[in-house]
Amino acid sequence: MEAQAIFDTLKGKFGDAVVELKGEGCTPAFVVVVPASVKEIAMFLRDDPAFSFDSLMCLSGVDYKEKFAVAYHLHSMKHRHAIGVKAFLPRETPSIPTVDDVWPAANFQEREAFDLFGIVFEGSKDLRRILLPPDWEGHPLRKDYKYPDFYHGIKV
Amino acid sequence: MVGNADLFVNWSRKSSLWYLLFATACCGIELMQAGASRYDLDRFGAVFRATPRQADLMLVAGTITHKMAERVKRLYDQMPEPKYVISMGSCANTGGPFYKDSYCVVKGVDLVIPVDVYIPGCPPRPEALIDGIMRLQKIIMKKKNVYGAKA
Repeated sequence: MEAQAIFDTLKGKFGDAVVELKGEGCTPAFVVVVPASVKEIAMFLRDDPAFSFDSLMCLSGVDYKEKFAVAYHLHSMKHRHAIGVKAFLPRETPSIPTVDDVWPAANFQEREAFDLFGIVFEGSKDLRRILLPPDWEGHPLRKDYKYPDFYHGIKV
Repeated sequence: MVGNADLFVNWSRKSSLWYLLFATACCGIELMQAGASRYDLDRFGAVFRATPRQADLMLVAGTITHKMAERVKRLYDQMPEPKYVISMGSCANTGGPFYKDSYCVVKGVDLVIPVDVYIPGCPPRPEALIDGIMRLQKIIMKKKNVYGAKA
């Protein structure tokens, strides 16, 4: 299914929760959605037989300086089509519902986004740091991250 | 007489450099290659040990992150004296390609544990590793360590 058709179906079903279709020239194009309704949209995209996006290829955090984003790349093994879903979050309180009960593989990637960007995934089964040590301060991939001078007595 | 005892002790130590297999990155591949049949580190009395308690030499082969640095220190502390460290490759020497703008990589394993020999390269060839081990053997042969005397 083409990105435009996916977007039209989502827009018809979820209304204002689906904002726009962007990314001409991107593969895949992506649908911008409201963060609060990302879980219902994810559940619909997975379960609807016309879509059956059964694979979450990638979940990434992005820092746009004035805001954050979470990008989901979905792929369907059955229909062999793909779509991106993106949600923009305010910089002060970056939080979004988790999708780890939609695609269990989301958990590790959400933990990575939490670890490196400080994006909070509400309702996550297990939201801990995954790469950095548990007592690390700050989130290093944020654009305004200040490097510490020492970590446990070793120069950073 | 004392000189001869030193010679014997040092010769024994340099001829049985059992190294701790400690590979954290691609240098570990070259380390395995050096230990395998073509380059055959066994010729120098160097065989790998899987536990620090039986090892004389720690071959730090690869990138050391801050999370790993604490484990490196602990493994080093578990090794019995006398112990030596070879830092293998650019990452272990200085942080290598991660030197600038990396929050997680330690900029040289010598910030964590003392190092005897540095081997440059990214990664060093097995010949370079053998050269490093032979240099360490030369260092060991110069040690003054007869028991009772100050080292």
